[in-house]
Amino acid sequence: MKQPASKLEKVLKSGHFAVTGELGPPKSADVETVKHHADEMRNHVEAYNITDNQTAIVRTSSIGVAATLMQMGLEPVVQMTVRDRNRIALQGDLLGAASFGVRNFLCLQGDHGKFGNEPGSKNVNDLDSMQWINAVKRMRDDNVFIGGEELEHPLPNIFIGAVANPFADPFEYRPYRLAKKIAAGVQFVQTQCIFDLDRFEKWMEKVRELGLHEKVYIMGGVTPIKSLGAARYMKNNVSGMIVPDALIDRLKGAQDKKKEGLNIAIETIQRLQEIEGVAGVHVMAIAWEEMVPEIVERAGLYPRPAVD
Amino acid sequence: MIVGDRKPLAEIAEMLQPYNKICVLGCGACVTVCLSGGEKEAAETAATLSIWRKKEGKEVEVSSETMLRQCEYEYIDELAEKIKGYDVILSLACGVGVQAMTERLSDKVILPGLNTQFFGYPLEQGVWTENCLGCGDCVLDMTMGICPIARCSKSMLNGPCGGSQDGKCEVSEDVDCAWQLIYERLGKLGVIDRMDPVQPPKDWSTSHHGGPRTVVREDARVETTSEQA
Ligand code: SF4
Repeated sequence: MKQPASKLEKVLKSGHFAVTGELGPPKSADVETVKHHADEMRNHVEAYNITDNQTAIVRTSSIGVAATLMQMGLEPVVQMTVRDRNRIALQGDLLGAASFGVRNFLCLQGDHGKFGNEPGSKNVNDLDSMQWINAVKRMRDDNVFIGGEELEHPLPNIFIGAVANPFADPFEYRPYRLAKKIAAGVQFVQTQCIFDLDRFEKWMEKVRELGLHEKVYIMGGVTPIKSLGAARYMKNNVSGMIVPDALIDRLKGAQDKKKEGLNIAIETIQRLQEIEGVAGVHVMAIAWEEMVPEIVERAGLYPRPAVD
Repeated sequence: MIVGDRKPLAEIAEMLQPYNKICVLGCGACVTVCLSGGEKEAAETAATLSIWRKKEGKEVEVSSETMLRQCEYEYIDELAEKIKGYDVILSLACGVGVQAMTERLSDKVILPGLNTQFFGYPLEQGVWTENCLGCGDCVLDMTMGICPIARCSKSMLNGPCGGSQDGKCEVSEDVDCAWQLIYERLGKLGVIDRMDPVQPPKDWSTSHHGGPRTVVREDARVETTSEQA
């Protein structure tokens, strides 16, 4: 048996409900704010996802910020989309990140370039996310690049992640898509933000029926909503996201929207802990990072387990 | 067919600025069918151009012609005599036609009047959609007739991304999600398990990514290489 690749894998393997956070790199080379946010939640999360030019907006690279985190003694989950790099660049960057100690990689398709600040860019999509997951697995396990050539030296053990979206269509297909990602080599998935718990539970039911929860660690994605406007925006403008009317109404009725947004997130995490097959939570508090400690504490997930 | 779209008149007028004897040349093939570069459009473009230049106080001699196919030397040769006297040919053919003309009539200036768009077909009168990217290694057997390379915004080969909702692609409400369509089609034909295998990375070298392509059919060549040798 291989040793766990990372702290995140260790926590998941030990059966603890794992917690990951998320950091969005800046539109500059000044990473002080990211460092500050990372520091704020250092005792509350196992690892930090670092987004890869999220929503196709140019930012400091995920790998660049990962290097900073490593220097701070923190554990990154490097997101890598197939949108901007062909297979040469993807494989090379993965080696580069692994060379300075990154062990968690999250393989994604990435939002279409038209949504970002370079709408005229070429969308590369040389590989799709499934092929990229499989390529990483083959580099790690079979010591080969996509083209068939061997790595000069085996990779260290790495932990392969992906995303799953229970809220996209065709809904009935989504559990099978997860099964396919598992077949491709994924070991943990983080889901799209969960606002519609009923639909999430329905998805999980099928996931359990297929036995997938025993083959992959499923971390539910949770985002605290900061305002009614934000909820409405996500409901109406983000493809593959479902924000139920009941949630909008609840926010509408609340005196203090921020407080209510936090309450909703915390309740969601508490409910996730009850669902069989959910192995952890991925807290995406972008532009609200300072709330992560409170969320984790109030959700009953503090202190974090010591695994080293 | 190859679908094109006429360039805005201002852009055409700008590129034709230095010329005074202009022939707008329609093409009788694809662009006639897609109503962007046939006989009628050539005549219209010539007329509008002439008015435009008149307004600018730079009168010009413009006429229009149409030929069967600008992408074949045979037809180009037939036309050569007719267009001898013009300073410039504004071709309303696709980019293929413009280049075939340039190659064959190398002493003439041939300029593009269309933006060549894609390979597609009309969905309904006046609406064309892109269906094929000419990748050089057709996968329509796998998907039972719906191309994920051309019709999925991310050219995915292993199923729908997380942006697929209500049958639409994340890039626009006007674009159907190709993978939703494929999923439904495979289901209807009772071969939904075709969604399951992890499709390996595509070999894009058969597409334009392998460099400009040439197709050689030895059996169809008039003079084969061996005969030349
Ligand atoms: S929504 Fe459908 S068509 Fe659009 S990129 Fe995703 S899978 Fe492709």
